[in-house]
Amino acid sequence: MIDIIVGHYNYWVVIFLMMAGFYTVIDRGNLIKKIAGLSIFQTSVFLLYISIGYVSDGTTPIIAEGFTRYSNPLPHVLILTAIVVGVSTTALGLALIVRINEAYGTIEEDEIHEQDKSL
Amino acid sequence: MIEQNLSLLLVVIPLLAAPVTAMLPAGRLPWLLTLIVSWTCLVIAGWQLSVVIDGSVISYELGGWAPPWGIEYRIDAMNAFVALILSGIAAITLPYALRTVEKDIPRHQTSLFYAVFLLCLVGLLGIAQTGDVFNLFVFLEISSLSSYVLIAMGEQRRALTSAFQYLIMGTIGATFLLIGIGLVYAETGTLNMVDLNLRLQPILDHRTVHTGFAFIVVGIALKLALFPLHLWLPNAYKYAPSVVSVFLAATATKVAVYIMLRMVFGVFSNDFVRITPTDQMFLLLGIFGVILASVTAIYQTDVKRLLAYSSVAQVSYMVLGMGLASVLGITATLVHVFNHALIKGALFMACGALVYRVGSSQFENLNGLGRQMPWTFSAIFIAGLSLIGIPGTAGFISKWYFMLAALEQQSWLIALVILLGSLLAVVYMWKIVEVMFLRPASDNVASVKEAPVSLLIPMWVLVIANIYFGFYTELTVNVADSAARLLGVAAYHE
Amino acid sequence: MSDQQLLLLAVLLPFIGAIGIMLCGRWPNLREVVTLTTAATVCAVVITIYSRFNNGALLAVDIAEPLPGLSIRFEVESLGILFALVASSLWLITSIYAIGYMRGHHELNQTRFYALFAVAIGTTLGVAFAGNLLTLFLCYEILTISTYPLVAHAGTDEARRGARTYVGILLTTSIVLLLLAILITYTVAGSLDFREGGILAGKLDPAWAGLLYALFIFGIGKAAVMPFHRWLPAAMVAPTPVSALLHAVAVVKAGVFAVLKVTIYIFGTDFITSSGANDWLIWFAGGTILLASAVAMTKDNLKLRLAYSTISQLSYVVLGALLATNMGLLGGALHISMHAFAKITLFFAAGAILVAANKSDVSDMGGLGRAMPITFGAFLIGSLSIIGLPPFGGMWSKWYLGMGTVETGQWLLLSVLLASSLLNIAYLLPVPVRGFFGKSRDGTSYAQIQEAPLSCLLAMVITSLACLLLFFYPDPFYELALKAAGGK
Repeated sequence: MIDIIVGHYNYWVVIFLMMAGFYTVIDRGNLIKKIAGLSIFQTSVFLLYISIGYVSDGTTPIIAEGFTRYSNPLPHVLILTAIVVGVSTTALGLALIVRINEAYGTIEEDEIHEQDKSL
Repeated sequence: MIEQNLSLLLVVIPLLAAPVTAMLPAGRLPWLLTLIVSWTCLVIAGWQLSVVIDGSVISYELGGWAPPWGIEYRIDAMNAFVALILSGIAAITLPYALRTVEKDIPRHQTSLFYAVFLLCLVGLLGIAQTGDVFNLFVFLEISSLSSYVLIAMGEQRRALTSAFQYLIMGTIGATFLLIGIGLVYAETGTLNMVDLNLRLQPILDHRTVHTGFAFIVVGIALKLALFPLHLWLPNAYKYAPSVVSVFLAATATKVAVYIMLRMVFGVFSNDFVRITPTDQMFLLLGIFGVILASVTAIYQTDVKRLLAYSSVAQVSYMVLGMGLASVLGITATLVHVFNHALIKGALFMACGALVYRVGSSQFENLNGLGRQMPWTFSAIFIAGLSLIGIPGTAGFISKWYFMLAALEQQSWLIALVILLGSLLAVVYMWKIVEVMFLRPASDNVASVKEAPVSLLIPMWVLVIANIYFGFYTELTVNVADSAARLLGVAAYHE
Repeated sequence: MSDQQLLLLAVLLPFIGAIGIMLCGRWPNLREVVTLTTAATVCAVVITIYSRFNNGALLAVDIAEPLPGLSIRFEVESLGILFALVASSLWLITSIYAIGYMRGHHELNQTRFYALFAVAIGTTLGVAFAGNLLTLFLCYEILTISTYPLVAHAGTDEARRGARTYVGILLTTSIVLLLLAILITYTVAGSLDFREGGILAGKLDPAWAGLLYALFIFGIGKAAVMPFHRWLPAAMVAPTPVSALLHAVAVVKAGVFAVLKVTIYIFGTDFITSSGANDWLIWFAGGTILLASAVAMTKDNLKLRLAYSTISQLSYVVLGALLATNMGLLGGALHISMHAFAKITLFFAAGAILVAANKSDVSDMGGLGRAMPITFGAFLIGSLSIIGLPPFGGMWSKWYLGMGTVETGQWLLLSVLLASSLLNIAYLLPVPVRGFFGKSRDGTSYAQIQEAPLSCLLAMVITSLACLLLFFYPDPFYELALKAAGGK
């Protein structure tokens, strides 16, 4: 039992962050907080990938004398791309919020719906 | 050799053209470049399909890195088919775009608009071309991010909130996909689709594989607007600029269907579908989707929203086809991907023409408009018949295959749901027909003229295609059939 | 002209005519010339096809192959040419009639009316010449859709409601039941061709035959077997020429024609009798004959009364098919033509009364016959033919249908036929009787009322003479029907 908790602590962190982010996206009415939650949610996945790439006792994947075990570099490379995607998403989301604020004068979801009578 | 490079060019040409378009002066020049690029893409996609139509495969190694380490573009009949649909729709949408964009988008933004449009096309084509799951995720995000931007360019301020809602839902979906890919990668150590498929077979019962599969399916389902994850779609289609509605309605969900097929059957395999309750889940969601979305469509008072809900219902048909998990079922799904692109393309174009002239797609503003705009009305009517599945139209061919697939397995319930779905389609399409054709014209309508020719021609090209592909199905059925077989789906045996 | 071209021409010519009519919309006289020319040419083409067919030519043409192994195919066979002869000759007569009616009644949107009328006839000929079930289904559906605007022609709330019922029932039955039946047939038999002796025998479990047959009979909603008959009275909101040609001849006969085709060429009479597929269905036909006649008696509106009469008469043909004997099929096939000429006469008369006297209720027509003797005379002849009395054509079909019931020993069905004939007398004859001998209800005189326009009268006279002629010379129709029924 302890093994499961301690031995996989990185995954627990990932799951905690994932759920926290996901919950924020769903629960919060403030658009900025939604985007923040979305970022946390995405970041947790980055951590997941980085953990996957780790090899026990492995070192940075640079060929050097005296080292034979390296961490898998591929997930790290992948996640660089994913980070770029995440950053663009956040940027676009924030830009949209700015426009929404200009159009509605608020960034609270319920107030926006009230103005549009859409709920 | 040249074919291999073609498969890459299909993605690279629009990708390079996008920044160039952004830098062009506002006006008609960006439109012209986009038009040329999309027609080039159509030619390449057609060529590509002609090469692989016999069941062969084109493989291109990006940067010379051999698969499974490098990224591979792997084109078989299904990829080429989807790429042809995408570039075909783009090519037919752009002539339509000229006038509507001039009306919907501020002039100084036109260069940027077309640049983003091209990026969206890059993303969608990339999804169709790639044979690497992570690369697929990246292209999916390119297409999604650009479509958020396109939707947000709508005239009304609700376009912004709709785009935001779509962004949240879409990003959650994409991230789910990413998690799933990560889990599967952790199990197999590969991202190449063919390689993944090989390595997954011995470990199909691993729990991590199952978890990864669940994340992937839910992620794609969000993109697919699969019932009940469809809530973002109606608003996104309604508030987007007309040309964006046309393009997204005809392509975005279709590409998601392709991803679903490729991942579920191509990567995980038919066996996996059979040993897990995946097929039952697809059938269940499909049944609910067809019926509930169609019923919701009936209660809409806005043509665009009505068509959007109809899209959700039609996508559910495709999910039903996947749930049947047989060659006929997948063939039906692929045929419908093609035919539905034609149907919804034509319908949204007609709807855009209404908005262009009347400024609204609400029923109350369209009374008696059929007499003022006979060509647009006839287009809605014929495309509507195709949607219902009246013989002599493309929609009938799809329905025929769905029914055959259901009857082959003696799934009477599914057969009944398909028929019920087309009955409900009769009801909601007839609502539009009655409003436009039988109601007395209201005052605002009296001075309305027929839509400009540049809108009518692309619309009618699609309408005629709807009829043509109702009679001549060598392209659709043969390609779909060979694609379904290449996907490794077994024919149904009792 | 080659046989194939001729066949294609017969189906396509009405469509070309429709385009011509649209182009000439601004000049009513020219437009009417186009209509009449097209109708006459189509009639001539069909007669040419008939003579070539009689000389043993095989007329068939494939248009396209939308589904593997299933083509859009037109092929001439005896039942089809019979139906095509009836439809095309009556189109010509109805066109003459329609010109007088539409102008006399000052209808709107006449161009659209004539164009869609031509399209409807084109698809009817498509149904008649359909070479397989898929083609039949294709034309059947286009027929429903192209007649929808004709039913909704008036554009009033009532017309809209009627048209909605019309298209709702016809599309629902065809999409849900007929399409399902076609698909099951295809799945079981692997083909949808019309073949002598049917394609299902030996492939379909006889236990399921009854169910599949029921899907066909009810799925072909145009045959108006109860309980799917409501669309026909609803369609009576249409202008009278539409009711006359489409809802007494083309559309409804397309339905019963399809039933006959399915019976003879998909199931095959042997398979039907051996599997007992018709055992219980036949009572739906029998019930419809009686019930619809009974309802017709209660209707005061003349067109509604005729509509219910049509429902009843259609089930005669369905009954003939369900008997699945040579005599029954012969009677059924013959009834398609005999009833068509008689019923169209009745509708012509009803329309003439509406145009000339603006009356639509039977109870208002007392004494009107003395002001409009030709109209009421034609009505009388039509009625007698429907009832089945000599010397009118209607007698023959009823005779063979009766023989069919005797042949199979279904005495109860024979009594249904006889009872229905009595009911026919009870609801049809009062109209001319009241017209000639009755008095107007409120004592107004009809001095200022004149006969309907000349073209209306001409059409009526032609069709009533045809009823008479068909008694003495039914040979062309008889021979075709006999060949279709498989008799010697």
